[in-house]
Amino acid sequence: MTLIDLANPSRFLALTARVLPWLAGATVILLALGLYQSALAPDDYQQGATVKIMFIHVPNAWLSMFVWGVMSVASLGTLVWRHPLADVAAKAAAPIGAAFTFLALLTGSLWGRPMWGTYWEWDARLTSVLILFLMYLGLMALWRAVEDPSRAARAAAVLTLVGAINLPIIKFSVDWWNTLHQPASVMRMGGSTLDKSFLIPLLVMAVAFTLLFVTLHLAAMRNEILRRRVRSLQMMQASRMAFSSEVGAGSREENASKEFGAA
Amino acid sequence: MSLGPYASFIVTSYLAVAIVVAILIGWIAIDYRSQTERLRELEKSGVTRRSGRSATELR
Repeated sequence: MTLIDLANPSRFLALTARVLPWLAGATVILLALGLYQSALAPDDYQQGATVKIMFIHVPNAWLSMFVWGVMSVASLGTLVWRHPLADVAAKAAAPIGAAFTFLALLTGSLWGRPMWGTYWEWDARLTSVLILFLMYLGLMALWRAVEDPSRAARAAAVLTLVGAINLPIIKFSVDWWNTLHQPASVMRMGGSTLDKSFLIPLLVMAVAFTLLFVTLHLAAMRNEILRRRVRSLQMMQASRMAFSSEVGAGSREENASKEFGAA
Repeated sequence: MSLGPYASFIVTSYLAVAIVVAILIGWIAIDYRSQTERLRELEKSGVTRRSGRSATELR
């Protein structure tokens, strides 16, 4: 099955029906394994047991940016290739991305209080992630504000691509400005600075959360396709009702003129 | 497994993630049920797709 085949929503629905149970199963297994490894990970020599927050904070932070990246590619699909499922993918991803970004902010804040002595600091990393969260909310509001999905899709696609400028700012904010947040320690030139006892559970949790996103995203896309089917059937129903009332009014006028003629 | 003096921060973090993920899963499941229900109601009222196939058909 190619990408072109998936342009057909019916084929996409058939694929999700087959794939979703397997994805859900794999996500549960990997999450269980990741949580088990996180529980067994040793305490950090400086942070103590609070290092365990890293195993959920970092995957959520990665996904907050990854989901916007997925939405940006989908937006290109809407504006450039006009793929029929591109705007469905973008719209379905936004609330999931917003949830991951909220969790990244919340868990970061809960990690920051014991380590930095504060829940929040208006520094470059924290502020740029907060802006990302607000952009997710703005995008969701835009989708709701415009009734016609195709018009909403184009406006949302432009906003998503403009918002993608924030992704490198988030990534490199810790290098460009002075911040309380630690610099990159996993994805960096020269390899990870994390010990294997932390790195392996972190990578397992990152893969598990990515699978969770893929599962939820496919399910939300399926819902969006069904919502559009509901909308088109409702429009058909409304046009049929309007047509039958016009026909009824027309035949009544015809009868009235016949009666008038007979009189 | 001892979580030390900051146990409440660690437990709250994991609980928050569990709750938000559960809300996401619940919302998607409820939305799916609601859309398929609305499609069935529309089909019962005699509105069908131009292809003639069932709107709730996934396979």
